[in-house]
Amino acid sequence: MTTATRHKSARRTGVDWFLFFLKFAMFSVIGFGLFAFTLQQIDPNNWLAQQINDDATGLTADQFEGLVIAGLSQGSMYGLIALGYSMVYGVLGFINFAHGEVFMVGAMTGMITSNKLAEAGAWESNFVPSLLFIVVLAILVSTFTAVVMERVAYRPLRGAPRLIPLITSIGISFFIQNVSVVLLGPGAKSYPDLPSWWTETQSIWFLDVQRTRLLVVLVAGVSMAVLWYLVERTKTGKAMRAVAEDKEIASLMGINVNRIIVTTFAIGGAMAGVAGILWGVMFRSVVATTGFLPGIKAFSAAVVGGIGNLGGAMAGGISIGSAESIAPLIILEPLGVNGASQLRDAVAFAVLILVLLVKPTGLFGERLSSEDRA
Amino acid sequence: MSDTMNDSLATRSVTDQDWRKLVTHGTVTACALIFIALSNMPVALDDFDLIADRFTLGDLSLYWLLLVIGLVVGKEVVLEGMATHAKGARDVVSGAIAGIVAGAGLSLLVILINNFELRDPLVNWSPQTLEKLSVGGSILSGVLLWLVIGGVLGAIGGAMHVLPSRIRQLVIVAAMTVLLVAILETVLSDISESFGLEPLADIVYAKRGGLTIVGVLIIAAAAAAYSWWGHAPVKDAKQRFQALEGPERARGNFIAFAIVGALTLVLPMLVGGIVNELLANVGLFVLLALGLNIVVGLAGILDLGYVAFFAVGGYTTAILTSANRGDSWPDWVPQTNWFVALLIVVVFAALTGLFIGAPVIRMRGDYLAIVTLGFGEIIRLLFLSDWLGGYTGGAQGVTNIRGVNIFGLATVRGTDPQAVFYLVAVFCVLAIYVSWRLEHSRLGRAWMAIREDESVAEAMGINTVNTKLMAFVVGAVLASFSGAIFAAKVGSVFPTSFIILVSIVILVVVIVGGMGNIAGVIAGAVVLIGVLGGPRQPGLLQEFSNFKLLIYGALLIWMMLKRPEGLIPNVRRTRELHQEEFLQDAWLKGEIDTGDEPDDMGEVAPV
Repeated sequence: MTTATRHKSARRTGVDWFLFFLKFAMFSVIGFGLFAFTLQQIDPNNWLAQQINDDATGLTADQFEGLVIAGLSQGSMYGLIALGYSMVYGVLGFINFAHGEVFMVGAMTGMITSNKLAEAGAWESNFVPSLLFIVVLAILVSTFTAVVMERVAYRPLRGAPRLIPLITSIGISFFIQNVSVVLLGPGAKSYPDLPSWWTETQSIWFLDVQRTRLLVVLVAGVSMAVLWYLVERTKTGKAMRAVAEDKEIASLMGINVNRIIVTTFAIGGAMAGVAGILWGVMFRSVVATTGFLPGIKAFSAAVVGGIGNLGGAMAGGISIGSAESIAPLIILEPLGVNGASQLRDAVAFAVLILVLLVKPTGLFGERLSSEDRA
Repeated sequence: MSDTMNDSLATRSVTDQDWRKLVTHGTVTACALIFIALSNMPVALDDFDLIADRFTLGDLSLYWLLLVIGLVVGKEVVLEGMATHAKGARDVVSGAIAGIVAGAGLSLLVILINNFELRDPLVNWSPQTLEKLSVGGSILSGVLLWLVIGGVLGAIGGAMHVLPSRIRQLVIVAAMTVLLVAILETVLSDISESFGLEPLADIVYAKRGGLTIVGVLIIAAAAAAYSWWGHAPVKDAKQRFQALEGPERARGNFIAFAIVGALTLVLPMLVGGIVNELLANVGLFVLLALGLNIVVGLAGILDLGYVAFFAVGGYTTAILTSANRGDSWPDWVPQTNWFVALLIVVVFAALTGLFIGAPVIRMRGDYLAIVTLGFGEIIRLLFLSDWLGGYTGGAQGVTNIRGVNIFGLATVRGTDPQAVFYLVAVFCVLAIYVSWRLEHSRLGRAWMAIREDESVAEAMGINTVNTKLMAFVVGAVLASFSGAIFAAKVGSVFPTSFIILVSIVILVVVIVGGMGNIAGVIAGAVVLIGVLGGPRQPGLLQEFSNFKLLIYGALLIWMMLKRPEGLIPNVRRTRELHQEEFLQDAWLKGEIDTGDEPDDMGEVAPV
């Protein structure tokens, strides 16, 4: 039972007081951190700022800009992955824990093909067609993975108690990770170098952005637009929304529920494949566990944006990405936490916990069928 | 199905095959075999001889699927009221065909490896794999060999359906016993050595590992004899035992428990250092799994951050008992006795349980899983970070942890795994006692009620929040015991010992063993951790270390799909998981009314 559904006049128990205290503590850390940051920005040497953290130097405009852009590009990737979580949760009402691995499979496919292309010399000479090629290939492989996953593991479990498919998906996640380890080896594998034009910075308006990051944001934006069109404007999309609302009635209306569910997985897989390539282009290195943390953060993004809500997933992704990039340096560092950027993963989880405590339905409202809302 | 029934059933002709089924099953198996071959299993497991110089675990990794596919394609779905067919030559042939299709996959792989170079992405696309697959001979012989092997093994698998059930059982028991004895070589030869039975061990086991041919024959004969003559009396005795009631049953249970307990106490004295080390690891995981069993099995809360409590136990013990100290501590080093530290560990673990439990307790089950996972990761990151690194040692961890000083009589540390095992065993007994008493207490019943239906439980007056928090706290304390012993055993703690992987492995242990069943959970830990190994600890089959996580993942999926209640299930949990089937059966038998009978309709209609 969520806090939202409890009656307001119910007696406060110890747990309520604890949660109140926890929320208060988290907000005061944020508030106090921001206050300290502001002080240190004004003048790192003033008395109050030094009392809080005498090592503080504040951030330069360039540093801040870099953080924001890193957060945005990372966040749009989380957003792309989050779409898959959000759609599957909307339709089937369970967390497809293995979705992060679909993303990893996309990144691995991209790594293998791009290296082959680089050997053949096509990567340098024809970068854009090669990139398109590996994106298409990654989409195909990721979609295939997601669809097989649904067919083999989730379809037989439809209607099982809620935690069963979740545990299965943990198993799948674990399995795919280790398939990658035994087939491709446990070490980190790198993407070939990008042509130098792409690693240079591009100035737009007043921002200087590395072109790869720009590419990531653009591709994410375009994918999101395509997806939005698909879900809101096509017949398949309408069917998907109907299935998400009520499977039984949708099937009575002549919708092939199984096919729609497979489509949902396929679309989620395709988005994860795109995200995988973007990851590879941006960080140029993949390991078998690449999908794990981004996957969980993307799920957090889906929750933060309101699960089942596609726009929310993208917005949630950008919020989580920005928070984990910026918050350590403008909240934790000013408070005297040294090595704050090591805590970025912890910050991402803290955001999830905070959102679930304050607004369990996410920032933009969840869209779930009546049975899943319970 | 009994033999007499077969006589009255129609036999199908050999050519009457379901070709589509054969080809799809065969192709799927072929893909699985290609995956196994490319995962390096055949080569890596080749060092473990099952039958000396003749048959290795690596061979088995390729052959078993062919047998299984032969068995599977002969299976018929028996539907209520539908006619089934008699088993005959047709099933042998269908097994053989499926086996050939599957074997063809490996033939194809042999050709591909021979002609193409794909070693860049696929690390095991190697000459060694090729050599293993072509069985030392030429490429052509390798290609043909797999078709033959596939056909033969598939046919054997199919032929299992034709055998009378008693013979079939005999064959399966004999084969499994031989396999088990071969796998347990280290343990069994240690035991026979301490009983002075070395000559016997020398007959059964070859010098360089693996069973001798004579050994295989002896064991197979013994197992077959047991299956033929001994099985019925044993089954009878078991049934009589289960039919016992009241105090007699309790006495029987107590005797069984005492025997198992005594064996557990004696076992470490009979086996060598390696096996003792394994037993100590198993004990640590039994403790963890019993704790998680309370949270997941009894209360139905899927806690994926369970490793957090293990970490808290380990780190608290480490900091309190280590002779070293982080830079940020004041000069004073506590260096307390382990038992004093344990008291503080319990308090800390309980507080962590409350702290993690309170925010998540009202969330949906699946959100709870992710958030606890997040907490588990946050705790590890905090231990690892520079921020707390002054206290916890960061990536260097805390080293130089003193062993467990038992009132000046003895010191238990990792160099003496036998002592560690006994220490763990004491805590395991405590955990078993606590779990057992809790399961049948008011609190345990409340947990089970929440697991079955939270809203109903709340309506029955159970304070769900406090009850669930109690599950968190009890689970946390048990895990922290394990962490405390772990710290003393290893002598140092590092953040890498407390990764999320540990949580998942414990979850696999609990689920494979049987959620909610104490014996099941212990059996799960013994089989999985003992034989395959823990997240970082090697098991009895050290050759499996690269594949165990893969196998754990596959096991988790398979168990969830086929047997979500686990190997040794809890009766109540089984009913919950198969509620629909139970209801359906009852409905078929006319035991329940479905609510849409004419009487009800009559009442509903006027409204």
